[in-house]
Amino acid sequence: MPLLEAIDVHGGYGGMNILNGVDMTIEADEIGVIVGPNGAGKSTMLKAIFGLLTITGGEIRLRGEPITNLSPHKLVERGMGFVPQEKNIFPSLSVEENLEMGAFLKPATASRLKQQIYEFFPPLKEKRRQPAGELSGGQRQMVAMGRALMNEPSVLLLDEPTAGLSPRYMNEIFERVKTITEAGVGVLMVEQNAKQALRIADKGFVLAAGQNRFTDTGQALLDDPEVARSFLGG
Amino acid sequence: MNELIYFFNYVVVAGSVTGSIYAMGAIGVTLIYSILRFAHFAHADMMTLGAFLVLLLTLLFPHAGEPLGLPTAVVMLPIAMVLTSLAAVGIDRVFYQPLRNHGVKPIVLVIASLGVTLMLQGLIRLFSGTGAQSLYVDARKEIFRLEVPGVTRPIILTEPQIILFVVTIASVIALHLFLTRSRLGKAMRAMSDNPDLARASGINTRLIVTLTWVIAGSLATLAGTLLSLDVAFKPDLSFFLLLPIFAAAIVGGVGHPFGAVAGGFLVGFAETLAVFNWSVLLRPLRDSLPSWIELPNNLALVGTEYKIVVPFFILIAVLIWRPTGLFKGKVI
Repeated sequence: MPLLEAIDVHGGYGGMNILNGVDMTIEADEIGVIVGPNGAGKSTMLKAIFGLLTITGGEIRLRGEPITNLSPHKLVERGMGFVPQEKNIFPSLSVEENLEMGAFLKPATASRLKQQIYEFFPPLKEKRRQPAGELSGGQRQMVAMGRALMNEPSVLLLDEPTAGLSPRYMNEIFERVKTITEAGVGVLMVEQNAKQALRIADKGFVLAAGQNRFTDTGQALLDDPEVARSFLGG
Repeated sequence: MNELIYFFNYVVVAGSVTGSIYAMGAIGVTLIYSILRFAHFAHADMMTLGAFLVLLLTLLFPHAGEPLGLPTAVVMLPIAMVLTSLAAVGIDRVFYQPLRNHGVKPIVLVIASLGVTLMLQGLIRLFSGTGAQSLYVDARKEIFRLEVPGVTRPIILTEPQIILFVVTIASVIALHLFLTRSRLGKAMRAMSDNPDLARASGINTRLIVTLTWVIAGSLATLAGTLLSLDVAFKPDLSFFLLLPIFAAAIVGGVGHPFGAVAGGFLVGFAETLAVFNWSVLLRPLRDSLPSWIELPNNLALVGTEYKIVVPFFILIAVLIWRPTGLFKGKVI
């Protein structure tokens, strides 16, 4: 049974449809990467899965159970983690407090998980008492991912985790995403750095105008001359 | 020396009293703003409501405080705090929450809170009458005169003033520990920082909203009651503090509880210093002054009746100098 399944999803904001039938499936040890031009509905799809906008058609399932249009709060309880692209930290809270908020529903495990996150993202340990808002972009992204991981999610949704980061940090974040998946967490992420992201992707979804254009393994998409020409800039 | 004692009694003590009251009111205003994003104009009348409930309880059980050696009103405070908190949560559920669920602009909530303020004032007046009533129903206010050796004038402190200082310090420390150490307190700061991410983290935001009203309602009860103990209960006593309390919250940096404390004391002391008669301090120098300087009897910066303008001068000055307030608050 797939971990996360989206079947023919339709939806949008205020009556305007952005998603016109998107299909996606990822397994528990897979990285799914959504790429595509601006306005293709990539981030919208992620928000639709996380219950942030109303799905008007189709279905979303988590381990076979329907979760379509459940509230974000319910989805967090069921083991879904979401890292928005922007405003993904609590700027005036310390790094440590940011992580604790991720474990709000599981306070008993907070201190054990905090240690794991510090091992996973070593730069956060020495900055743990600093307000997260004072950190650099890459470190903020680590705080944001760490906060979501504190809830021990079974599936993690990342909205452009490397936007605005230097290549060094981008590679580091991608390395971390691979490690997260090896631990049995399914990851679905939207990426602008399409080529680099598809290199680590088990599955790639190329969206355009709210529909799947190409769906294949990451490597197959990179090798497909048509995908390269139309979506990856040659 | 007499003059210094006079300064202490009329500036240090009086300023601390006003500052403590403003601080406790401003913490509530600032917390409500940071969680619910609107200026809660009914806050002063929530203070009056708290004090009114204490008055009712004191009238019902006038001797409850005797075994503890405290004024009955002080013993009734915890009960009144619970009742006022319930009322605050109830007002939120009935008036503000439906508006929030409709996604209205903050200004609509501000106007709704003006409606609540008029309603509360009317209700309280209906039952308490318009006159002043002492919260010392069946007892006398204790006044402590501390003699300073070699000086004829004593330092004067009243019992409610001492209780006020102790309660203010205790509640500020308790609030600090709650916000920085407890899971719910941190979640409250998280929600103030980024409500969407708080929800995405699984934080129960409804619970945080309820908690905010409980804290604001409890602090309002403390401030309203201790003020009424120091002077007397009047249905419009706290209402006249609304503007200085908002000035204090803004001066301190909106959304910053410790800024609210600092702002409260700044505004309180500025008011007290502005109406203080400085000529008292200059009187001992009278003989050494050149004869062409005649010391006026009253040398206050502003008359007592214009006291209310002082917070606004501070407000404007601080907003020009630091638009986000003394502590870095949210820009409104």
